[in-house]
Amino acid sequence: MKIAIASGKGGTGKTTVAVNLALSLQDAQLIDCDVEEPNCNLFLNRELDQLTEVSSMIPEIVEENCTYCKKCSDFCRFNAIATIPNKILTFPTLCHSCGGCIMVCPEGAIQEHEIVTGIIRKTSGDDKKSPELYEGLLDIGQTMASPVISELKKNIDPGKTSIIDAPPGTACPVLTTLEDVDYCILVTEPTPFGLHDLKLAVEVVRTLEIPHGIIINRSGSGDNSVEEFCMNENVEILMKIPHDTKIAQLYSEGIPFVQEMGHWKEKFIQLYSSIQDRYSREIET
Amino acid sequence: MKQLVIISGKGGTGKTTITAAIASMTENAIIADCDVDAPNLHLILEPEIIDTSDFYGMEIAQIDSEKCTGCNICIENCNFDAIHTDHSINSCKCEGCGVCEYVCPENAIKMINNPSGSVFNSMTRYGPMVHAELMIGEEASGKLVTAVKEHAASLANENEAELIICDGPPGTGCPVIAAITGADLALIVTEPSLSGIHDLERIIQVTDHFRIPAIVCINKYNINEGNTKQIESSCEENGIMVAGKLPYDTVPNKAMIGKKTIIEYEDNEFSEKLRNIWRKVRSKLCEDQ
Ligand code: SF4
Ligand code: SF4
Ligand code: SF4
Ligand code: SF4
Repeated sequence: MKIAIASGKGGTGKTTVAVNLALSLQDAQLIDCDVEEPNCNLFLNRELDQLTEVSSMIPEIVEENCTYCKKCSDFCRFNAIATIPNKILTFPTLCHSCGGCIMVCPEGAIQEHEIVTGIIRKTSGDDKKSPELYEGLLDIGQTMASPVISELKKNIDPGKTSIIDAPPGTACPVLTTLEDVDYCILVTEPTPFGLHDLKLAVEVVRTLEIPHGIIINRSGSGDNSVEEFCMNENVEILMKIPHDTKIAQLYSEGIPFVQEMGHWKEKFIQLYSSIQDRYSREIET
Repeated sequence: MKQLVIISGKGGTGKTTITAAIASMTENAIIADCDVDAPNLHLILEPEIIDTSDFYGMEIAQIDSEKCTGCNICIENCNFDAIHTDHSINSCKCEGCGVCEYVCPENAIKMINNPSGSVFNSMTRYGPMVHAELMIGEEASGKLVTAVKEHAASLANENEAELIICDGPPGTGCPVIAAITGADLALIVTEPSLSGIHDLERIIQVTDHFRIPAIVCINKYNINEGNTKQIESSCEENGIMVAGKLPYDTVPNKAMIGKKTIIEYEDNEFSEKLRNIWRKVRSKLCEDQ
């Protein structure tokens, strides 16, 4: 079963929930899809091995064949190529790797050139106490997160339970992450900011028709508006994690709180079984 | 005119709360909410919308099923798997590159304008504000950030404003790059957790990469004083000034619930610390003249 952990925005405790839930389960996979800032391993602290590189194609101009006809730069909708009389320039960071310029060049003056935009890593060795972690990492200055996420998700083992840490926001990287998951846990805070971001996140999962429930983090630190919203909108509140200095302290040290506060493990296991009972789909063969 | 952008590497560090507080300490500034994926600043500043303009991100492909013969040439050439086998377009995946339009032998594909959000010019109790809303699943948030900044710049010219204050988006990707482009100073808000330190390192790589001067503010510093020391010394090594430290306190949440900035909410130790931070940020902004 694939369970994604999402929130309209970062900083609500999404990674905390993902890590603690994965640690509470036996033999789970943890998939860190927040490829701009993968943080799960800060809490697991495992050795990671590089599995693959994610690359994309950018054009490379063979200038001696170029007649400066401008067909490529006219075609490119991302301003990644500029032709000025007797000069042609490419701007690789703007390129979306559509391959169009190569198709339109009448002189065959454009070649494909592969660049690495990110990497996929996984925990090395076997550690039965800790979940198997896969993470994607987008290179600094690169903007295309979705291809890295798609590549990362290929590692999901349908025979296992996968806990997927989604990126923040409501844009394509989130949709790419949530595509085909069985259930989504939305993590929020009981504040006006938290409520506003939660509404956006609920809209996303409703659009995608993914069953979902809420975990309220730092419960008790704000007001009741999130609970009222959930009641009015018929959204299930799965769990409340209290506003607790011990939890904040452990978080700041990078220690998952289920490791120090054992009774939480039970709560996460119960949470998981209740979701599994109701939403787990038959595994296709 | 100067541009200050407040960023954090990740959400939840108190960036928006600090932006709102700064906005209430300045006069003659334009406020811009560049966190277009999940804007929050309007919840405190309660802008009154004066005018709204549609935002068009990328065009997307549209297939005319009357003309389509089902040859699949478009599907084979789309590098983004955006065309379903029934020859409809997945609007989330379509990058609007125009390749399918180019290769279709039947001229069955047209690129059409795709409204993907709105930009608002508004008025708040602290002056003009530009903010935006992105439709769910739209990727062009970097472009929308640029649109917000353009609106802010023209408002700044009209009003002869001295400063544009941008609440930046989280992360290190496209929207952040759009937000910091052209900024005179980035105020990075961080917190002393392991992940906070990690995010700070990543965001400093980004500001370095684009040569934007940076200054740091440590929020909730007393949650982990050891980590706070570590942040301070690594900032020192990197030649980045720490503008100040804010304690873990109930004040920000209380102010937020009351829809007030921390400065408006009440004069206390917390707001005094913030005033000091703003003084340092302001002198840093001026010194880089
Ligand atoms: S591959 Fe596409 S985006 Fe990149 S330069 Fe060529 S036309 Fe532009
Ligand atoms: S289309 Fe080919 S020949 Fe024409 S300007 Fe581009 S690279 Fe040169
Ligand atoms: S290339 Fe044109 S005709 Fe062929 S399947 Fe695509 S839309 Fe239809
Ligand atoms: S415009 Fe580009 S991305 Fe969109 S469907 Fe056509 S080929 Fe694919």
